[in-house]
Amino acid sequence: MAYTLEGRTGIWEVVVGLEIHAQVISESKLFSGASATYGGAPNAHVSFVDAGFPGMLPVINKECVAQAVRTGLGLKAKINLFSRFDRKNYFYADLPNGYQISQFEHPIVGTGDVEIELQDGTIKHIGITRLHLEQDAGKSMHDQHASKSVIDLNRAGVALMEIVSEPDIRSPEEAGAYLRKIRQIVRYLGTCDGNMEEGSMRADVNVSVRKPGEEFRTRCEIKNVNSVRFVMHAVEAEAMRQIEVWESGGEVVQETRLYDPSKGETRSMRSKEDAHDYRYFPEPDLLPLILEQEFVDRLKAGLPELPDEKRERFCRDYAIPFYDAGVLVADQATADFYETVAKGRDGKLTANWMSGDFFAAMNRTGKSIENPPVSAADLGALLDLITDKTINGRIAKDVFEEMVETGKAPAAIVEEKGLRQVTDTGAIDAAVTKVLADNQDKVAEYKSGKDKLFGFFVGQVMKAMQGKGNPALVNEAVKKQLG
Amino acid sequence: MSIFDLTIARASKALKAKEISAVELTTAYNGAVAALNPRLNAYITTTPELALEQAKAADARIAAGEATALTGIPIAMKDLFCTEGVRTTAASKILEPFVPPYESTVSAKLKAAGAVMLGKANLDEFAMGSSNITSGYGPVENPWKRVSDPDAKLVPGGSSGGSAAAVAARLALAATGTDTGGSIRQPASFTGLAGIKPTYGRCSRWGIVAFASSLDQAGPMARNVEDSAILLNAMAGFDEKDSTSAQREVPDFTRALTRGVKGLRIGIPAEYRLEGTNPEILALWEKGITWLREQGAEIVDISLPHTKYGLPVYYIVAPAEASSNLARYDGVRFGKRVDGVDLIDMYERTRAGGFGAEVKRRIMIGTYVLSHGYYDAYYLKAQKVRNLILRDFTNAFAKVDAILTPTAPSAAFGLGEKMDDPVTMYLNDVFTVPASLAGVPAMSIPAGLNAEGLPLGLQVIGKHFDEETVFAVSAAIENAAGFSALPELRAK
Repeated sequence: MAYTLEGRTGIWEVVVGLEIHAQVISESKLFSGASATYGGAPNAHVSFVDAGFPGMLPVINKECVAQAVRTGLGLKAKINLFSRFDRKNYFYADLPNGYQISQFEHPIVGTGDVEIELQDGTIKHIGITRLHLEQDAGKSMHDQHASKSVIDLNRAGVALMEIVSEPDIRSPEEAGAYLRKIRQIVRYLGTCDGNMEEGSMRADVNVSVRKPGEEFRTRCEIKNVNSVRFVMHAVEAEAMRQIEVWESGGEVVQETRLYDPSKGETRSMRSKEDAHDYRYFPEPDLLPLILEQEFVDRLKAGLPELPDEKRERFCRDYAIPFYDAGVLVADQATADFYETVAKGRDGKLTANWMSGDFFAAMNRTGKSIENPPVSAADLGALLDLITDKTINGRIAKDVFEEMVETGKAPAAIVEEKGLRQVTDTGAIDAAVTKVLADNQDKVAEYKSGKDKLFGFFVGQVMKAMQGKGNPALVNEAVKKQLG
Repeated sequence: MSIFDLTIARASKALKAKEISAVELTTAYNGAVAALNPRLNAYITTTPELALEQAKAADARIAAGEATALTGIPIAMKDLFCTEGVRTTAASKILEPFVPPYESTVSAKLKAAGAVMLGKANLDEFAMGSSNITSGYGPVENPWKRVSDPDAKLVPGGSSGGSAAAVAARLALAATGTDTGGSIRQPASFTGLAGIKPTYGRCSRWGIVAFASSLDQAGPMARNVEDSAILLNAMAGFDEKDSTSAQREVPDFTRALTRGVKGLRIGIPAEYRLEGTNPEILALWEKGITWLREQGAEIVDISLPHTKYGLPVYYIVAPAEASSNLARYDGVRFGKRVDGVDLIDMYERTRAGGFGAEVKRRIMIGTYVLSHGYYDAYYLKAQKVRNLILRDFTNAFAKVDAILTPTAPSAAFGLGEKMDDPVTMYLNDVFTVPASLAGVPAMSIPAGLNAEGLPLGLQVIGKHFDEETVFAVSAAIENAAGFSALPELRAK
């Protein structure tokens, strides 16, 4: 069921396109040798090139180019062997040259395609228009001094990839899923850390609304939204605002807006009339960027397995449902952890344990997949104890908690606490006999037709055996003695 | 013979032979600068102490037998080259307090060769001009005088006017210049010097205050062709810090000087015979043709059909790039700042106060031609025509080895003349701009005097990276012309 918004005049459809700015992972900046590391004392990572000193010239960083190509390949996009840098001219205190070096007419990456999955399991394709390389600006701070603004140029010149989508997105959910998917892909590729809190990934959101079947109406651009949740909220808030404007007889004007998360609304930043004339022209300090097909092929050969392919392989090789596989490939480290455990074991059992107790423990203890609550080897050993029937599933949960608590190996815990499963039918029969004797009233009820009590008896037997009874054997014994 | 009459080649020999010391030579030049610069204003900043220090080091190097052809040679550095620890203004008030913490590649190479820097030579503000009158530090006086009016102050040409006046008046043995549309060649012509704009990409632009990035090129200005070749040997070469510099071997240009022109085909472009060109200049051009023919060159009539579009194209492309290159002078990080009530006000006050009229004019022209709605009609079209101009040269060079033209449409003119409107001034560049747009090397050599006793130059244009043929042809003209006139106003 397509997402629509109900207005006074009927149903409205939302049309969204995203421009994602992703900071490239690289040692140094796009056009200078200064460090591109996040943080550092203000203005500690600034070369004369970054500061726009007279006579300084940019030199393209080959690694940044390679990262953009890898990302393009990950987006199943066309790699343009000819691309060119342009200057985007505007004045701002944290833009040292008075222009940003970007790619306007000839981006390094052309059209591509990304698959997103929605809550209901639907798969949708979102078109990629282009990806281009550009420099980041510095940071202005207006709250550090009574009358002065303070500028930190550490980020000035750091390489960004701007990934532009087609206006194929039709709901806040799709916008969120798309942004998460792009983040997942660049993280898999190691081309951007996708860290939205630190600003290494942020999105400009283009939103318009229309009546079903109409052409596109005027759009507004919401700048610099810095979380998946805010992108989803911003789409909804902006769509509602535009519907209100249209329905009250007004007209949406093309403008740049800001999303205010505290108020949950967008507000105007500058109108089209105030828009900068960026006076783009080819950067004369750089020659066009010509890539050899061989360079692209080499990068392609070195790409890691991407989430979509990995997910399909997991379904195939480990016989797990598509949904489960999706959870496990959410990030590379989780997928690797899963594979380490699942190798040579029951894939489905592994998947269940990871998405169940393991993730729960990770969240509860505040740990991460890189620093897991239980190592892959220990989790595997635990699953082995279940598989070879040393312990049953119930006890395994307790052992697991003990592992989380103490970091001990599962076999040691089982031995120490005597948790081996009881398969001695004599002991089981004795326990059943006692439980039935102690609950004669319930036995009577059962016999008069209250079948549901069967589970109660099994539970009582397990309890009497401190959970160690082999569940199948206990079931069998209860059934037999109840006649 | 005076110490000031030495060329680089001869001074270098004398230094190596210990006939003179670098300290003696530099002391003499420091004295000449102190005596004449107040009048000529050829230098914005003089660095006599630094020069002496460098001269001492040069003497030590010569004594150690490690001298290059430039060790101990006192030169002027156009104040567009950033020099570490020495103020660099680009002749603009906006950079008045700017002392670069780095050294341009070209000046660093000269320093490494042991050249002695006497000071930073005056120029048109940000190299924008053809007469050195746009300098924020006052105009430069040409040491040459009209016979009929010896009191009239003439311009040295521009933008490398300070470099030109300094070398002509013996306030330096040679100088660096930069050439964007004729800024080495036209002042060389106005002051009786040899000066070459090498192929675009031959010298690194790193550390040179940018005017128009796709056109700017450093080059030498000297007393003769040989000295120019010696200097260019040291200035040229690939620089990984300049992506537009060429990854090519630099030949020893001095070896080309004795090649001669026998068998060379020299093109004479019909389109340079502009209506109304000064007959003295046309006559000199004819003389040049005769000299080359007499030395065995074959003279070929050629056509460069898009020549007439050179100036309009240049005055779109260069201001466009300049308007962007000069955006960094905003008062935020270096140079001059005029405080304002807010950021925009600070920008406006800083730039209004820091830039002169010609620079502002070009920033406005450049901003206009890049603006939305005008870009296609101006900048894009200009780039297309620029390609046609390049094709003119490519076609011509299929038939000839070099091209001979006049350097400038007139001799040096008076300070205050041609000031009625900017376009009259822009016409100075009519013969030099096409080679700049095509990126090919071009040299001006002094070839004669006009009736007023002022020097006139001829221009030799060569193929991309074929400076050697340009030097060979220039040397042939130099030999035939036997130009030996000197300006009255000079160190003696």
